[in-house]
Amino acid sequence: MIEVKELRRSFGPVVAVDGISFSVEKGQVLGLLGPNGAGKSTAMRMLACFLRPDSGTATILGYDILKNPIEVRRSIGYLAENVPAYNEMTVGSFLNFVCDTRQIKGKERKQALDRIVPKCSIDSVYHQTIETLSKGYKRRVGLAQALIHDPDVLILDEPTDGLDPNQKHEVRKLINKMAKDKCIIISTHILEEVEAVCSRTIIIAKGRILVDSTPGQLKEKYQCGLDAVFRRITRNGKK
Amino acid sequence: MNSFLAVFKRELKSYFTTPLAYVFLVIFLFFSGYLTFKEGFYEMRQADMSAFFMNLPLLFVFMVPSTAMRLWAEERKVGSIELLFTLPITITQAVLGKFFAAWLFLVIALALTFPMVITVCYLGEPDIGLIITGYLGSFLMAGGFLAIGCFFSAVSKNQVISFVLSVVACAVLVFAGMPTTLSYVSTFLPAGLVSAIENMSFQTHFESIQRGVLKFEDLSYFILLIIGWIAACSIVLDERKAR
Repeated sequence: MIEVKELRRSFGPVVAVDGISFSVEKGQVLGLLGPNGAGKSTAMRMLACFLRPDSGTATILGYDILKNPIEVRRSIGYLAENVPAYNEMTVGSFLNFVCDTRQIKGKERKQALDRIVPKCSIDSVYHQTIETLSKGYKRRVGLAQALIHDPDVLILDEPTDGLDPNQKHEVRKLINKMAKDKCIIISTHILEEVEAVCSRTIIIAKGRILVDSTPGQLKEKYQCGLDAVFRRITRNGKK
Repeated sequence: MNSFLAVFKRELKSYFTTPLAYVFLVIFLFFSGYLTFKEGFYEMRQADMSAFFMNLPLLFVFMVPSTAMRLWAEERKVGSIELLFTLPITITQAVLGKFFAAWLFLVIALALTFPMVITVCYLGEPDIGLIITGYLGSFLMAGGFLAIGCFFSAVSKNQVISFVLSVVACAVLVFAGMPTTLSYVSTFLPAGLVSAIENMSFQTHFESIQRGVLKFEDLSYFILLIIGWIAACSIVLDERKAR
């Protein structure tokens, strides 16, 4: 469902993503791991068609990110790292705006809202303006806008960052529930999350892929916990 | 509803969900009235709105960039531009949606000056055609200023910088057509260049429309100006959205 080919992007002299290639199939939850500045968010931003790659390309559900960016955006759900939203809007009007842009109308919109609002537990803040929400609620609103059109592909940049342990558990449960019908990429710093939700892990550092494996295989190979595996791989900078 | 309408609707609503619209409207209406009466509206003893329209370019130089400065600078500063451009919206749809929403807001501001029209009609028998073309000229001029403001808003993340750059650009285009500027530049520039400067100015075309004559060159000046700056805004935005 996602096919990434030699994706490369630099900002001035800094190479953020240095020719990464991988593919993700339906039913897989790919965890993108890496230290700060490894290029995870840049890679996700390119897949979501926000940033244009310097070279290389990717296809999502058969649509090329360079040739059909609007089709790609239509078919994915994307949650950005800092959860951007229009702060002066209420949660309800914000979700309605997202429905407007995604052409979700009438009965279909009502069904989508009825499904997503309780799923993301934002019923109690539905009429509140976004600027008054806590970090956790903002993230849940971001998650709701990414899921509202029930996309086949989800790209979630640190989806549980700022959530309390209960909310983290809920979001992980949600991801696990959706996993079998969708193709999901999540980036995270939280290694227990990788074990809880990811069926596959890619560790990147300095824009390059260092490891492409499953959490279980990694632990088996290095005979230690994922924390130690992560430190060993990213400090050495080689496989 | 297509994406253009979605952006347009959201943007227009956002003016009225924050105090911005009300502060702008009060200040605009106060100064448009104040300047009209200060220019000797009664002393002219003529039932027309020339005193009102005469001051609009100067007022617009400050007021329109204050509306336009937030259009893109705020989106980039807050980061909501990442949300906007990961939804199925093209840059052209987003730029036009925001531009037309801001333009409609300025039209609402202009429409709220209707007591002026009532006053003139009450005091005498004005030429309604002149009033209509005056408003049409003001509407086009607001669009031109707005397109410039929209461009500079996309240039910088900082709203103050966007505002200052737009004010300077708009002021240059207004003052280039003032009689004092033209008589000064004619002392050292050939007549052809002076005429070129005159034709580049908002003032010349606005005054021409305001006189009640709708000329193709005046209309095309405003339309081309708007298209040009909006296109430049789209290009700059595409280039700088993620920085």
